[in-house]
Amino acid sequence: MGESSAAATPEDLKTSDLKMTPLHGLHLELGARMVPFAGYDMPVQYPKGVLAEHVHTREAAGLFDVSHMGQARLKGPDHETVAAALEALAPGNFKGLGAGRQVYSLLLTNKGTIVDDFMVARPAAPEEEGSLLLVVNAACKEKDYAYIAARLPENVTLEPLEDLALLALQGPRAGEVLARHARQAAEMIFMDARRGSFDGIACHLTRAGYTGEDGFEISVAADKAEAVARALLAHDEVEPIGLGARDSLRLEAGLCLYGHDIDEATTPVEAALNWAIPKRRREEGGFPGAETILDQLKNGAPSKRVGILPDGKAPAREGTEIFSTTGEKLGVVTSGGFGPSVGGPIAMGYVQTAASDVSTEVVLMVRGKERPAHIAPLPFVAQRYYRGKK
Amino acid sequence: MSDIRFTKDHEWVLVDGDTATIGISDYAQEQLGDVVFVELPDIGKTLEQGDEAAVVESVKAASEVYAPVSGEVIEVNEELEAAPGRVNEDATGEGWFVKLKLTDEDELDDLMDEAAYAKYIKELD
Repeated sequence: MGESSAAATPEDLKTSDLKMTPLHGLHLELGARMVPFAGYDMPVQYPKGVLAEHVHTREAAGLFDVSHMGQARLKGPDHETVAAALEALAPGNFKGLGAGRQVYSLLLTNKGTIVDDFMVARPAAPEEEGSLLLVVNAACKEKDYAYIAARLPENVTLEPLEDLALLALQGPRAGEVLARHARQAAEMIFMDARRGSFDGIACHLTRAGYTGEDGFEISVAADKAEAVARALLAHDEVEPIGLGARDSLRLEAGLCLYGHDIDEATTPVEAALNWAIPKRRREEGGFPGAETILDQLKNGAPSKRVGILPDGKAPAREGTEIFSTTGEKLGVVTSGGFGPSVGGPIAMGYVQTAASDVSTEVVLMVRGKERPAHIAPLPFVAQRYYRGKK
Repeated sequence: MSDIRFTKDHEWVLVDGDTATIGISDYAQEQLGDVVFVELPDIGKTLEQGDEAAVVESVKAASEVYAPVSGEVIEVNEELEAAPGRVNEDATGEGWFVKLKLTDEDELDDLMDEAAYAKYIKELD
């Protein structure tokens, strides 16, 4: 047997060169299978396996170690100044971001392509006024920090927060479980951000994640991360979840994986992330590549990210070519595999915009065989974010 | 006594007369995790030892299954199309992939018996 295509794991590092998160020992104790990912030795799955971990997250709550991601503080004299500095690099409405709120945004090149996708939180506490908390992709940390630091005004600084761990608790039971340890959790809705206390341990909570489920990310001092993880894992509702299920969960939720679905060759409009460019920024511009992006918003882009549902059972992996039913090449799959909650193969990829309408029939070339498929709406599994009591 | 033989790539072959049944080992299914799709060859296809005989896919990845011996495909396990999880449940039994009409019995000499394979995978871990 030989592996012909695998999920995202850059295998360019020897195990000995890999960095470890503060939970590395716990992963080993839990029986995780470890793989190199973005320079870290990370758990791809635990003994229950990817399928069971995926389903458990959708049904109860899954605990993910995302400490490899980059956490940083952007700091200036006041909110207006720090928000303006970030608005020069990304198309979010940071000036209008309320205290205690978080937003998803995109760091852009001058061509309007994507340097990274990242989260930006404005802390709720008045004493943190003038700060924005960033969470960036693990593989992009150094690139992002250099990119941002080189473009800041003198009175705004970027401080990487290296001594923090990040845990994600995701799933329909996440809220009630977390509230047993951190009462602040119960008062938060999707994309809220709060300082909190987890059994007396200082933490920063955001009600967000990357699975399509309700859930939280818990930022905590590295030396306290294991205590938090063990306390959460002590609940019957909570199981540890590896990168394998993290990937299938985010793919079902229609969320982009940087370096695969988006990169420095794709714009937000091509990536169908128009929603990440709010109205004021569309009117005012003032972000890198605004000319290109505003033109694409108005007139469309040549290609577009879409969902793709194979009609049969064969998964179409990253790199699979997409053709029209008449044999014209339309594009390529950028993420693909099996969706455990969908119960079949799912994929995302780029196709010519003219062929991007939902239900358009396409042909996937999988190992030399033509496999019929069609363009499908994203997400594949409905997002279940908690937006407050109805 | 069992005449099952294994390759270093974790396929197995069991010969009965001139029929060779092939599949992947229990160790291989465990490494793969949950099998979600199996692609089988056409009946009548001729495979040389080491050729790609089938493809097995888990949630994470696709892997090739190589023919442990040469032969012509005479039967495939169509049950796997509806129930690929059978590979996980019973890798060396109901989870078989392909039956070949064996062309060169001497090729079996290149393969490991059960004891040798058990030793081989122990050294991998």
